[in-house]
Amino acid sequence: MNAQHKLLWVFGGIVALLALASLIGWALQARKGRTEVVANLNARVRAWWGMVAVLAVCFWLGPVANLLVFAFISFFALREFITLTPTRPGDHLPLVVAFYVLIPVQYWLIGDHWYGLFAIFIPVYAFLALPALAVLGGDTSDFLERTTKIQWGVMIAIYCISHAPALLILELRGYEGQGPLLLLYLMLVVQISDVMQYVFGKLFGKRKLAPTVSPSKTVEGLVGGGLAAVAIGTALWWITPFTPLQSALMSTLIVVCGVFGGLALSAVKRSLGAKDWGHMIEGHGGMMDRMDSVTFAAPIFFHITRYFFSG
Amino acid sequence: MIERAAAAALVGTTRLLVGARAQWRAAPPAGQCLYFANHSSHLDTMAIWSALSPAQRARTRPVAARDYWDKPGLRGYVAGKMLHAVLIERRREDRDGDPLDPVIAALHAGDSLILFPEGTRTAERLPQRFRGGLFRLAEAFPELHLVPAYLDTLHRSMPKGAHIPLPLYCTVRFGEAMQRVGGEARDAFLERARDAVVALA
Repeated sequence: MNAQHKLLWVFGGIVALLALASLIGWALQARKGRTEVVANLNARVRAWWGMVAVLAVCFWLGPVANLLVFAFISFFALREFITLTPTRPGDHLPLVVAFYVLIPVQYWLIGDHWYGLFAIFIPVYAFLALPALAVLGGDTSDFLERTTKIQWGVMIAIYCISHAPALLILELRGYEGQGPLLLLYLMLVVQISDVMQYVFGKLFGKRKLAPTVSPSKTVEGLVGGGLAAVAIGTALWWITPFTPLQSALMSTLIVVCGVFGGLALSAVKRSLGAKDWGHMIEGHGGMMDRMDSVTFAAPIFFHITRYFFSG
Repeated sequence: MIERAAAAALVGTTRLLVGARAQWRAAPPAGQCLYFANHSSHLDTMAIWSALSPAQRARTRPVAARDYWDKPGLRGYVAGKMLHAVLIERRREDRDGDPLDPVIAALHAGDSLILFPEGTRTAERLPQRFRGGLFRLAEAFPELHLVPAYLDTLHRSMPKGAHIPLPLYCTVRFGEAMQRVGGEARDAFLERARDAVVALA
């Protein structure tokens, strides 16, 4: 089976799962009426159809479309991050550079297969350039706090998220030209972990995992959802360069990073005084609410895969 | 027809650029409204107009400065054909008669209005002192609902001296319509109106 066929099979499976989810949502609404939980569930499922459609179209169009979609994901995520951050007039120049220079350059570097600069562009050059530009504003009040917040937003929204589409340019032994499958694998395991944690939490959730950070997360949801995601990730070993055992370990790694990403960014969000990052995706909140697990999972998965499997 | 499509495109573009999500702290009043808000950028008018529901938008006109909006080309088309702006003269030397006359005429015609009582833009979080126009309109139209609104991020999108706007999301927070106090003096009324906007910040 070639990469094209594998993509078709996986997307077929996703569509079947979503159809099942829509059916369950419809049955729940028929039985229990439009309660808040059911309405939110159905809004989430509808949003998933939309997100899967966008992803399917950009996989079909090829790597440039993939890069563009992820560049816009970074753009919307950074927008949400900076909207919640109380910036001052002196931050204008670094922020202009973050939105209109750093995002295009970082994604262009992926398109150019320039791995060396892709890996250090933001942690080295942007890290130093942002405070250098901020200092020109001449405003010293809370300078460290302001600079740090912008650097954090840029690292999370641009650098971390860009590691997902960077999987497209990884050159792995015996896996040439199958980068899209690896990207799909990462996104699937992360998002299935999120969805399954939500489902298991709603069905069996009793003990709160971290009530102050993320009130809806439960221990039962975490364990059940995490195991389900690892099981599905393992079963998908045939689309990856991994053996089934390696795939199980990689899925576990993705799930664990995703959980910590979700928790850490939830804490960041709350320290900025908000409950949702935004309102872009109905039922889910903002772009960042949907991508928080990806921000931690993508770079770690990218580098572990690169270290052990590159040619 | 073309104008309606163009207006829909304008709302779409505004939402894309600045979000312009509405948040109502109280139920939107039924009847003729005067929405008044802080003024920090050229996008304010479009942001409030886009945040209103289509039904509210259909009968709401922004009050805008003639010297900025009455230009040939796109700006004039947007102000005239899409927003149906009520244009007023800010510069004393160009005035003949009361600058509020067109506003009063629009209120008599039953239109709801968007007004920025500071008169000019300030790229600050909180508005400056309000000018007297709001008081005169409130006196002349006692049935008018005076709805305060606060635009929350536009002062950060484009601080003074900046040329490139940041694509932050703006939430337009609408408060409860102001209570009328019989015989209230001009300055006390204007202070209370400004406080109503500040309370939403």
